[in-house]
Amino acid sequence: MSLDALLQMDRACLDLPLTVEPGEVVVVLGPNGAGKTTALRALAGLLPLQGGHIRLGNHVWDAPPKEFVPPQQRPVGMVFQDYLLFQHMSVLENVAFGLRARGIPRHTARSRALTWLETVGLADRARERPSALSGGQAQRVALARALATEPELLLLDEPLAALDAATRLRVRAELARHLRDFPGCTVLVTHDPVDAMALGDRLVVIEDGQVTQTGAPRDVAQHPGTDYIAHLVGLNLVRGKANGTIVTLDNGDTWMTTTAASGAINVAFAPTAIRLSHTRTQGPNAWQVTVTGVEQHAHTTRVHLDRSLSADLSPTALADLDLDGPLWASVDPADLRVYKSR
Amino acid sequence: MRALLLAVLLVLTGCSSSQEPTRTVTVFAAASLTEVFTAIGKDFEAANPGVRITFNFAGSSALAQQINQGAPADVFASAAPANMKQVTDALAPVTFTRNQLEIAVPKGNPGKITGLADFGDANRKIALCAEQVPCGAAAKKALAAAGVTGAPDTLEQDVKAALTKVRLGEVDAALVYRTDVKAAGAEVEGIDFPEAASAVNDYPIAVLGKAPNAADAKRFVDFVLSDRGKTALTNAGFTAP
Amino acid sequence: MNGRRVSRGRLPAVLVLPALVGLAFLVLPLVGLLLRTPWAELPTRLFSTGVGEALQLSLLCASLATVVCVVLGVPLAWVLARGELPGRRLIRALVTVPLVLPPVVGGVALLLVLGRRGPVGELLDSWFGVSLPFTTAGVVVAEAFVAMPFLVISVEGALRAADPRIEEAAATLGASRWLTFRRVTLPSVMPGVVAGTVLCWARALGEFGATITFAGNFPGETTTMPLAVYLALESDPQAAIVLSVVLLAVSVAVLASLRDRWVGG
Repeated sequence: MSLDALLQMDRACLDLPLTVEPGEVVVVLGPNGAGKTTALRALAGLLPLQGGHIRLGNHVWDAPPKEFVPPQQRPVGMVFQDYLLFQHMSVLENVAFGLRARGIPRHTARSRALTWLETVGLADRARERPSALSGGQAQRVALARALATEPELLLLDEPLAALDAATRLRVRAELARHLRDFPGCTVLVTHDPVDAMALGDRLVVIEDGQVTQTGAPRDVAQHPGTDYIAHLVGLNLVRGKANGTIVTLDNGDTWMTTTAASGAINVAFAPTAIRLSHTRTQGPNAWQVTVTGVEQHAHTTRVHLDRSLSADLSPTALADLDLDGPLWASVDPADLRVYKSR
Repeated sequence: MRALLLAVLLVLTGCSSSQEPTRTVTVFAAASLTEVFTAIGKDFEAANPGVRITFNFAGSSALAQQINQGAPADVFASAAPANMKQVTDALAPVTFTRNQLEIAVPKGNPGKITGLADFGDANRKIALCAEQVPCGAAAKKALAAAGVTGAPDTLEQDVKAALTKVRLGEVDAALVYRTDVKAAGAEVEGIDFPEAASAVNDYPIAVLGKAPNAADAKRFVDFVLSDRGKTALTNAGFTAP
Repeated sequence: MNGRRVSRGRLPAVLVLPALVGLAFLVLPLVGLLLRTPWAELPTRLFSTGVGEALQLSLLCASLATVVCVVLGVPLAWVLARGELPGRRLIRALVTVPLVLPPVVGGVALLLVLGRRGPVGELLDSWFGVSLPFTTAGVVVAEAFVAMPFLVISVEGALRAADPRIEEAAATLGASRWLTFRRVTLPSVMPGVVAGTVLCWARALGEFGATITFAGNFPGETTTMPLAVYLALESDPQAAIVLSVVLLAVSVAVLASLRDRWVGG
């Protein structure tokens, strides 16, 4: 059964159409405060919609002002950002809780819960309290607890955000495997582009409650439509109008590209494509810039420029430059990726 | 620790300290004297400018204990000789008035009480004072004199509490003092009974040996014993000794 | 900022001094009581029927009152903490009324409502033939009235401190609100419930004013230990001290054992 939802809430100015096919993992990606958690809570039934609808297959879950199915009657499983395991129960009881709540006898519930714990590799911790678990283990218990009821819709709220970098890498891979095995619909919200790319079959980017871009992860990464997405995937983005290989940027500059196009377009390029010098270089695509900030990374230095662009410089390139003096930037037409803006 | 207690006491009493040139007489008096002694005190103050009377009304036995523990009292007026005897410091107590019991019933007498015999009826709600307090001791005597085995539902901690139960109609009858019935006004009706005479309560009064203001204390006691005091007591339902 | 930490164990005098004075303030009256106890007479007085009866009645009534408070008070605390009621502030203030009301006034108020002339008392009498004043049940009612706020405030505090999202997690797992309350909310606020119950029981055990006003005083039926102490004080202060010491010893013993059992020492 597929999910068909239009989530409209005054809170967070949310207006989010969302469809998910069985077996599909849709990642809602957006900055903090974009309304991601609100959307997830509405799907779970923890917040009633103010407008729109939520349908799973033929079942209407929420359609204001009339229909509303309370959370305990929706076949959902939810993994919360901080897991919210029941601290006074054992790990096994946590996983069995949803089954017990749905009226399955204790013995059956426990043996099924144990099977789920085996699936996530934590059968040996079944008798322990959640407080005895590491962050990664707690995350897996939370996942097992959500999956144990065999929900039609799985909701994950920033499932990896509470983990440290090393654990995150491992748990992300495991989570991806479990999500692949899950036959129902999955909606995962995150602000982390790596999680989004690694876990999602399809991305829905929301900013201020509105959808700004949707598509396969690779497509979104290569053709960012907004500054937020461009920044997330580490690209510079400028906009303009193309006429063949000549692009008139929004600020009036004229750039050359190697891809012919027409009409409103986006131009994306990597920070490494920008070259900085003290004099205007001969050749196309050069402009005067002001440095707004410098950030040291492992082997490169990221120089923030005006018009929210950034340039990555090698140490040697940096040594030749006086960042306080007048600077010119240029970018090779071959390094520009041109695509229609949506 | 002693210094701290002193400090606390200073703080507590500090607010009420005054520069009045008046002399004060502190009178510890039985709770049943509340109304009448307040009136007598006013009269006394009017007749003796410069003297102020402060009262501490409570159960006689509680007062006796407070005095024995060193409370700064000038005069003690007790509702029973027994409590006066507990106070070792009392100088020549004299009986200044008497109180006798009366049956108190709620207005309209819903329990149809006619006399002391009804106090033995288990189907009626009856309140007596606890034996440990004077009105309870008196009630015991009166019932014995009448040959009635009391069937009380509650033994109240003092006469006012017994009267409250009557006022609220929670009991059909209680044995209280005549003065209390009188003070309660229209809500409570009194029924006299012959055996009351056998359980009369003497009220002794005395100046205390450690009285901070013995001279004025003596004058107050004399005032209570005077005709003016007697009239006030009689009007309140007390009987002359 | 990086100064050496000198002796972490030493507590600042500005805290220790008032703490000691506070402790002394609480303990000294107790010491006074113990010093004046006629220890030699203690056993004989202890086994006089009046004392045993009063003590038994006290323990029974305080425990029953506590049960009443838990059964009614925990749901009330839940409604106050979680329910979206209009005028919740007002209700919360009303719940604490028995704390500020002088107990004797509380007793009178109970009489006015549940007494045989009170609106509710009249109905109880005519429908069920039940009359509460001057009965053991009346003692329980009076004690519960005075003690309930302690439980409600304590449990409500615990509920407010608990993360409400844990209840949401239970809801997404298919649990009804009742199941959630029973299996998730209540266990997570158990320390608060236990603390409230203990407070409530202790308050009920020491209850005097409302009890004597509402339930009266009759040995074996409504004379609880505090009433016995008060009346003994009228005629025999020594006996009053003995009774007080017994009440103290029993309550301390019960509270200490509860603490070990529930709060984990």
